[in-house]
Amino acid sequence: MIQTNHLKHRLWTNRLVYGSVCLFAGLTAVPLLAILGEVLLRGWQQFSWEFFTEPTPTAFKAMKAVAAGETIPGGIANGIIGTMLMLGMATAVAVPVGILCGIYLAENNKKRFAIIVSYLTDLLQGTPSVIIGIITYIWVVVPMRGYSAIAGSVALFIMMLPLIIRSTEETMKILSSSLKEAGLALGGNYARVVLKVQLPAAFGGIFTGVLLAISRVIGETAPLMFTALGCSLIRWDVDKPIAAVPLLIWEFFNDPNLQELIWGASLFLLVFVLVLNIIAKTLARKWKS
Amino acid sequence: MNDKVFRTTLLAAALVMPIVCGGVILSLTTDASEALSHFGFFEFLFSDEWSYTPGNEHYGALPFITGTLLTTLLALLFCIPFSLPVSLFVGEYFKGTRMAEVLSTVTDLLAGIPSIIYGLWGFYTLRPLIMELGISPQGSGILTAALVLAIMIVPYAASLSAEFIKMVPADLKEGAYSLGATRAEVVRYVVFPVAGSGIFSSYILAIGRALGETMTVTMLIGNTNQMPGSLVDTGNTMASIIANQFGEADGLRLSSLIAIALMLFLITAIINMIGKFLIKRARIV
Repeated sequence: MIQTNHLKHRLWTNRLVYGSVCLFAGLTAVPLLAILGEVLLRGWQQFSWEFFTEPTPTAFKAMKAVAAGETIPGGIANGIIGTMLMLGMATAVAVPVGILCGIYLAENNKKRFAIIVSYLTDLLQGTPSVIIGIITYIWVVVPMRGYSAIAGSVALFIMMLPLIIRSTEETMKILSSSLKEAGLALGGNYARVVLKVQLPAAFGGIFTGVLLAISRVIGETAPLMFTALGCSLIRWDVDKPIAAVPLLIWEFFNDPNLQELIWGASLFLLVFVLVLNIIAKTLARKWKS
Repeated sequence: MNDKVFRTTLLAAALVMPIVCGGVILSLTTDASEALSHFGFFEFLFSDEWSYTPGNEHYGALPFITGTLLTTLLALLFCIPFSLPVSLFVGEYFKGTRMAEVLSTVTDLLAGIPSIIYGLWGFYTLRPLIMELGISPQGSGILTAALVLAIMIVPYAASLSAEFIKMVPADLKEGAYSLGATRAEVVRYVVFPVAGSGIFSSYILAIGRALGETMTVTMLIGNTNQMPGSLVDTGNTMASIIANQFGEADGLRLSSLIAIALMLFLITAIINMIGKFLIKRARIV
């Protein structure tokens, strides 16, 4: 009798653990759905042609429109252009440097210098983004005597670099060594084998890494606050303050007159980031199989 | 391309890392030295006053260090009841199934959401809820920030611990099953002891992420510069005080903010180093 009770107790505990694992694991989907739902429902109404082609309105214009019961005129075109410009410059530098550094780490993984570089990559990857902002402020904004798109892209570059290095290194390490040996046996020199044989073979993994790096930094706000600053005009100059989508969200958050625009801008950013994420993950799965 | 040129190019690219990291430490230390030498390191660390009235400036980091520790530890506490089931779900109970794939996609997407959007959601959805429940009158504060922070670090803690849970050898588990253990007992007496150090290290890395989180916390913590009196009180973390005041600061205040940044950098570096070290050791075992 005692023994059957004991067994029952054990079986019930087992079921209880199973049930709560499923329950609590399922509950983590709730915040995702809640956030997606809220941003989607509130942001969808703001989407219009003007939203993507017009720059941000002044607070006064927005106030007048709200008072008259109209939708706020203007949009986030300045932010989209700023984000693309800075991201483009940062990617253009971070991709070649990151890939070369990643190749170095994968090829020399026993050397002491490579171990140090590898450790520093981890260090930089774990550094809070707000500190990257301060550093870029000290390095670029102070010497240039002003906020600029260049400063913003330097901050994004520093944040992207470790991510690209890591993904390149890991992809290059997975490649079978017979690939490299075959290339060398055919008489290709080292540079040729790495650039013409190994790099193309690793392309899928590196490309995924670059996409993930972009999706990681595109929503960064803190490092841009001290570097790009923000601007309400559509601008292509790289030496002047410039807007970015996350900076605009921050601006709308702090300005009661522009608050209506928050959700449209957030929806744009969220969709962009999540789509990039999903593309990268799908490519990664395809590339692996 | 010439091999020698190629190797030199690779080395030059690799040199960027030490230059950037060395530069970060050098610049932060140089610019923080004004504040640190003015107040003295320990005085700066343990003073809880932050006032910028001209002529009577005094800056101390204690309220922000406290804020950072409180939000991070609370976030960790709130995160465990969700991240641990997720890692068990993905790594043990539904290992390799479609369901596990769906759940990892969910956590991946959670990790992808920009922190400013977490902040918005916390501010417009969670904050009114907390006010309604009567937990705190102003809604924002350490507790609110920690709740959202917890959601943000769940993916990091869960996906890494799931990797370690997956690696638990099947023969160990089968041995326990053959002795008549239930699945819950296998998890308790085989999976946790074997994967324990790996799981522990993934939480250390999650702490490293929570420490430096800036925008979410800035939007939710209430931004006051006194020592927080309770967990529902408003406050500031090291990252949020920088985000709040860096743009308008100069002179001694700027230097003090950079000194806080230096401390934050060192703390996250140490935490990440411990985490990475533990992970390496866990992989070997």
